[in-house]
Order: sequence, then structure tokens, then C-alpha cells
Amino acid sequence: MAVIDTRTTGERVPASEGLADWVARRGVAFWIVSTLLLVMPLLASPFWLGQIFAYSMILGLIALSLMFLAGYGGVVSLVQMTVAALAGYLVAILGDSAITQISLKWPWWAVVPVAVFIAAAFGTLSGALSVRTEGIYTIMITLAIASAFYYLTLQNYSIFNGFSGFNGIVPPVFLGIDWGGTVAFYYLCLGCAALAYGVVIYVSRAPFGLALQGTRDNPRRMAALGFDVVAHRVAAYAFASVIAGFAGVLLVWFQRQISPGTAGVGPVVDMLIIAVVGGLSRPIGPFIGALIYVLLRTFSLDVLEGLGLDGKRYQLVIGLGFLIIVLFSPNGLIGIWERLRERYRRNSDARASAMRVGGGAP
Amino acid sequence: MADFVARRPFWSLLIAIAITLLLWLVFAVWTPGMEASFGRKRVFLSALFNGITLGALYFLVASGFTLIFGLMRNVNLAHGSLYLFGGYVGYSVGNLTDSWLIALVVAFLAAALVGILMQVLLFRWMEGQDLRQTLVTIGLSIIFADLLLWSYGGDTFQVTTPDWLSGPVQLPFVVALRSNGEAVMMTYPFVRIAILAGAILLGVLMWLALNRTRIGMLVRAGVDDRDMLAATGVRVQLIFILIFAFGAGLAGLAGVVGGTFQSLQPGEDTKILLSSLVVVIVGGMGSIPGAAMGALIVGLAEQFGSVYMPTYAVMLTFLIMVAVLAIRPQGLAARR
Repeated sequence: MAVIDTRTTGERVPASEGLADWVARRGVAFWIVSTLLLVMPLLASPFWLGQIFAYSMILGLIALSLMFLAGYGGVVSLVQMTVAALAGYLVAILGDSAITQISLKWPWWAVVPVAVFIAAAFGTLSGALSVRTEGIYTIMITLAIASAFYYLTLQNYSIFNGFSGFNGIVPPVFLGIDWGGTVAFYYLCLGCAALAYGVVIYVSRAPFGLALQGTRDNPRRMAALGFDVVAHRVAAYAFASVIAGFAGVLLVWFQRQISPGTAGVGPVVDMLIIAVVGGLSRPIGPFIGALIYVLLRTFSLDVLEGLGLDGKRYQLVIGLGFLIIVLFSPNGLIGIWERLRERYRRNSDARASAMRVGGGAP
Repeated sequence: MADFVARRPFWSLLIAIAITLLLWLVFAVWTPGMEASFGRKRVFLSALFNGITLGALYFLVASGFTLIFGLMRNVNLAHGSLYLFGGYVGYSVGNLTDSWLIALVVAFLAAALVGILMQVLLFRWMEGQDLRQTLVTIGLSIIFADLLLWSYGGDTFQVTTPDWLSGPVQLPFVVALRSNGEAVMMTYPFVRIAILAGAILLGVLMWLALNRTRIGMLVRAGVDDRDMLAATGVRVQLIFILIFAFGAGLAGLAGVVGGTFQSLQPGEDTKILLSSLVVVIVGGMGSIPGAAMGALIVGLAEQFGSVYMPTYAVMLTFLIMVAVLAIRPQGLAARR
């Protein structure tokens, strides 16, 4: 963020040059996608805007927090969906919902920070519990913690209202805008997603992010260099949990209800699937994965029945697709894209050099 | 044992006191004051026995899981699916042949075959890539769950208990005293006792096989250092396939056992997977005694939880897991 400040307050002429540089460095694809996303409300129907794009951005945010931990920290945490669900629950409990005997009816500007803070504290605590063990254990421990939360919400009626959960949660009206409206909510999600995306990229290049990637690649060496590996990982959990917490607030505003099913084992594992299918190596991966996942969920029934197959088998399609991605491209769709680009580049390089050789051969 | 007592005198004392107290609670005739504060003795005893037999089931599932993990570093998240698959196969075969034992054997073989296929077709090609193997097992578990739902539907099945296993038996524990001073003895379903005995027998056999045979020696060496074992000329791939088949087969066998005294339905795979996760986390990864210990603790915690604090029964199990993780992250019985 400091970088942007110096750029805007700096001298005029270099600043405009810097801006041009900055624009050019992002690449064409970045600007096309950004413009498309910004003008999407003009192009897409409310259904696409809300049910597809806003929803995939929310899921993408949760998967982004998983990707940050797995891609940069090397710890695969399944607890991120639970952190989001806890934040969502807290919005329902502290704020307003149809379950009036539990909800405390705080104003939204008090609810959101407290919800995100408690959710982040929970995420950090789970992180602190799981990072004490090595590598692949983390998946098991976080899965166990996530299912513990699921059963807690299922069985507790005094706070979490058991099986039925909460409904009637509405997004706030703020600055004269009803954020529950489709377009306003779309822009809210877009803003949050863009911000989180930018912050994740910024952190990954900051000293903390670089040290974190060091602990991923060689924890013993980083420890020998004087970095506290466990502290870095716990801090990464804290940072990722803040993202997941905000995503949880958006999720509960989007669904307008929350129940144990939101935090069940299925959704928890789905987050990992989204992140892996998109690609764990770059922050854009989770959003791509989320978009594909939402599209699959929404349309697989129609498509399968259109092909003359049983529409109820979409879970099989998701499982097979995931298996194929994992087997053939460990870096997800991002990995496939990179490989294709690499091959194209190599081909054109080869062609160019072949031409050079052909022309200049003695 | 003696080694443990020498190293941890305080903990040994604590464990000894706990065991004595438990034995006294089991054998003594409860006074009215105790019944008032703890509830009826019958309830306590049946929670205890249900917990132990549930632990036996968890041991069957978790020992396969922990063996596979210990040797191959493969967190097999499709283990619950193998359990459910074995259970369904056992149910079908049991209906076809009217024999519980044949169902047990066929379920073992079928699940073992699936395990062999998984190891040969998939995991063999991604050795040493922990995360990728785990992701593959997640994909497999989704596919299996949907295939099983497809072929068996969402109904609840129960494997029929054979005649020679059904009916209650009387145990030598006094539940209460009649007004004339006559003792009322505890009765308990025979099938659960038989399953407990079977699990203990299997555990002892497994321990013997691991510690007293050549193949067990190779497996233990593989757990400690796989690369070195391969370097000495042992065909580790064969051992991997064997262990994967055995672990998967145990899961399938446990499916029949679980289908006999619980029920089989979609979603049971996740439940049993989570239980065995907690069991191996508590007991220690890759250790058979650890799996036994963890299974007993988790089974007892679930049953006592559901009797004495029904709202938070499942939470109790996870609280135990969190406590173990906080105090001894590597698990109770693990060496490292």
C-alpha cells in the first residue's frame, strides 16, 4: 500500500510515467478481465451476476485464503471454510436474524469487525494447534477440527441454533445504498475480491511473504538462518483467516441464512478442490477454480441430462474432473495454461531459431 | 512397560489409580448415594461395554489406515469409502449366501482388491508426493461415494446377525441388588462380545506378525526408512501392495462388522473416516498399539459422552484430540 501512496504523492511527470509503466506491466489480459468484471452488470442478467459471479468470488475468497497457506506457506489447511462459517454464524448471532431469541441485534459496523476478529482468532488457534506437527498431518488435524465445529453447530441449540441454524439475515443499508441489491452486492464482492487479491500479492512479495515461502521450501534452513518457522506459519494462518472471515461475512449476506451444512465436511473439502483445480501457485487460481465449480454445480444437471445421462451424477463429474486435474496437472488449470504458453513460446522460439539457422548456415 | 514406569513414575501412578478406580466401579455394588450422583449402574456398565466394542470397530478401521500411513506416508482419505464398500458387499453377499462368515471374507477380499488396484494404478506412480496422493484419495472418495449411492441408493442397510451370534449373554458383573439381596447380573448382546474378541485376536495376530515374522520385520524397517530398505534389495513395491491390500481389506471387513451392529448408509464413510482420523491422531500415526489405545479412548469418549452429556458427545472426542495435540503432538504411542 505504501507503494501506491508514494506514487500518487510523488512528482507529476514520473508519476504518470510510472502509471503507464504500471498499466503496461499488468499485461493485456489483466485489463481485459478487469474491464469485463467492472462492466459486467451491463452485460449479465441478475441471475448470472448474483448466483454465478458474486458467489464464485465469495468462494474464491475462501479458497484464496487456503491457497495463500498452501501455495506460499506449504501448509494445506482445511479449516478455512470453517473460519468463514464461524464468521457467518457470528454475523447472525451478533447482528439481526429471524431467530430473535438468540440474535443480539448489534449494528452491522460493530458486527463485522468483531465477527472477523473472532473468526481470525479461531483460525489462528487451529493453526497453532496444527503447525506443531509436520506436513501432511496438517490436513488430517484441520479436517478433524473442521468436523468438530460442524458437529458443535449441529448439536448446540443455545448459541448456534442447531440443525436449522439462522435465516433472515440481510445485508446492511449503508451510504444510502441497499447492499443486498444484486448490482450493489456484486460490486461489494468484486471490491473485496480485488482488494484481497491485491493484498495477497503484496504480502507474497513483502519480507514476511518471502520468508514464508522460504519456510515452505526448506524449513530447516530457514530455522538455521534465524527465522522462527512456527511463528511464520501461525502468522500466515492469522492473515489467511482474516480473508476467510471477511468472505464468511459476504457468504452469509449472500445466502441470507446459515446452517451447519455450510460448515459440513463436503464444503470443507470442496474448498480444497476449488483451490487445487484452479491452481495453488498463483492467487488467481482459486477464483478460476471457484468459477468453474459454481458453473459445474449450477449447470451440470442440465448438461448431463442434455447429454442423455443421469443428472444426479454431478458429484461423480466433479470427482472425476478433480482426479484428472490432480493426476495430469498438479498445478491445476493455471499449470495447464502455463504449460501451453510455454510450449507455444518454445515452438515460436524454435521456429525463429530454425529460420535463423536456415538463413545463416554456411 | 517397566521402562515406562521407570521413566514416568507420576503418570504411571495416575494411570494405575484410574484403572483401579474403574475396576472398582465395574465390580462393586453401587450404593444408593452413588446411584443418585452417577445414575444407574446398568447405564454406566452398558456405556462402558458399548464404548469398548465401538473401540474394537474403530480399531479394525484405524489399524489399516495407520499401517498404510506408517509405511507409505499416504493419508488415505478414501479409507471410509473402502469401509462402506466392504459393508455393502458384505450385505449383498450375506443376502445371497446366508452366511455371515462368507460375507466377511468376501468383503475383505473385495476391499483388498480395490486397495491393490489403487496402489498399483495410482499411488505407485506418485511416490513421495504426499499432498498429491492425499488429493487423489479425496477425488477417489468423492467418486466412490457417488458410485455407491448410485448402486445402493440412500436406504439404510443392516447386515443380518447370524443365529450363532445373536442373543444376549450373561456377564459376571452385578448391576443391582434385588430387595431380597439377590444380585442382578448384566446381560449383553453376544455379537458385540464376539466382535470385541475378534478385534483383540486380530490385534494380537497383527502384533505377532509385525514383530515375530520376516515380513513384519520388513514392514517395520520400511516404516523407519523406506529408501534404505529398498537399497538393501528388498522389493518394497511388493510390500507396499501387500500392506495396502491388507489395510484396505481390514476396512472392508470392518464395514461388515459395523454393518452388523450399526447400520450402512451414505455418509457413514465420512463418519468412520473422521473417527479413524481422530483415533490415529490421538494414538500416534503409524503405530498399531497407538491405534488400539486411540480407538479405545475415542470409543469410550463417544459412548460416555452420549450417556452423560448428550449435547456435546462428539465435542468430547474432539476435545480429547485437541488436548493430545497440545500436550503430545506426535500422539500417545508414537516414538517420534
